[in-house]
Amino acid sequence: MTPARKKRLSLIILMVVGVSVGVGFALKALNENIMFFFSPADIQAGKAPENKDFRVGGLVVEGTVARPGEGLTVEFDLTDNDSIVKVKYTGILPDLFREGQGIIANGRLNASGEFIASEVLAKHDENYMPPEVMDAMKKSGQKMPGMSKGI
Amino acid sequence: MFKWFVKWFHRFGSPPYFYRLAGLWLPWLTGLFTILLIGGLYGGLVLAPTDYQQGESYRIIFVHVPAAWMSMFIYMVMATCGIVVLVWRMKLAEVVLSCAAPIGASFTFLALITGSLWGKPMWGTYWVWDARLTSELILLFLYLGVIGLYGAIDDKRVAARAVAILAIVGMVNIPIIHYSVEWWNSLHQGATVTKFDKPSIAWSMLWPLLVMALAFKVYFVISLFQRVRAELLHRERNTRWVEELVKS
Repeated sequence: MTPARKKRLSLIILMVVGVSVGVGFALKALNENIMFFFSPADIQAGKAPENKDFRVGGLVVEGTVARPGEGLTVEFDLTDNDSIVKVKYTGILPDLFREGQGIIANGRLNASGEFIASEVLAKHDENYMPPEVMDAMKKSGQKMPGMSKGI
Repeated sequence: MFKWFVKWFHRFGSPPYFYRLAGLWLPWLTGLFTILLIGGLYGGLVLAPTDYQQGESYRIIFVHVPAAWMSMFIYMVMATCGIVVLVWRMKLAEVVLSCAAPIGASFTFLALITGSLWGKPMWGTYWVWDARLTSELILLFLYLGVIGLYGAIDDKRVAARAVAILAIVGMVNIPIIHYSVEWWNSLHQGATVTKFDKPSIAWSMLWPLLVMALAFKVYFVISLFQRVRAELLHRERNTRWVEELVKS
């Protein structure tokens, strides 16, 4: 490589390193704003904002989904396998909503510590398989890869 | 070995040589693309089983994931060309850089649209501002920036150098897109295939996905070759080899 080309190449490398470091610091500073949701443990620890809408994400605890009354209101517990938060929601649930499924709810906490959701989104995990494989896995008591991580 | 590579590199970069070579490859690539596309679509839409949770709607993965991979791959091709443009001042790299941008933008757009259509029934929303979706949207803007900047400068050799810098700087977005689902909480799920663990997808669904990804790659090469050939003729319109080509 000629000296002129070497110089240009090192300038490019310097530019890329500089920009990467800059962007890295910027993202680190904005970390909390980029986080899409809080976990129930974060709420327990008081990290969630008060009197402001925020999102909470977790797994729907099996056997806690209840529908009090005739309407569209649903109640369920949300967990990150550490803490639990109670969620109340009135509206249509997405297709993937079910017990044990990861979901994200948008809303705010009320005075008694319940989460009043105005929107519920289902989070899909990264597993794709035919139903027969899933049944076989359940029968053999095998845990799905990645499922243990929760959400 | 290295000397041979340098010689080949310079020969490959000569416009008439590349023009002829690309012309020879195009019919073969088109044949390969047709076979891969038919195989991939048949495997994905007919042979692959339904998903245990999403039913039939997961089948959009066979377009969405290859398109998203291509959107990042083409950007890396552009950035690599950018380095060649700035360091070696190679004309062919300038042309490839400017011709790859619209193709990359289309793939990014396709990935965003298909993802959004899948998101409505599965997540319950077309769009959220989570890290993965936002960084992919920024990628689309980077592509549009490259196209716009290249078009705004009349001297195409100067334009190529300006665009090269933008393409190289934009490279930092690529690892952010890939790791966005790990570094931050996001609505978008984590990686299924591109990780060090075993892919968390059944083989009967994985192979059509990989065939489709290959088909998209070949399509990119076809589309790029056609664009580069046209652009080379335009740029070199006052040279001897184009004159001879037109006469014969």
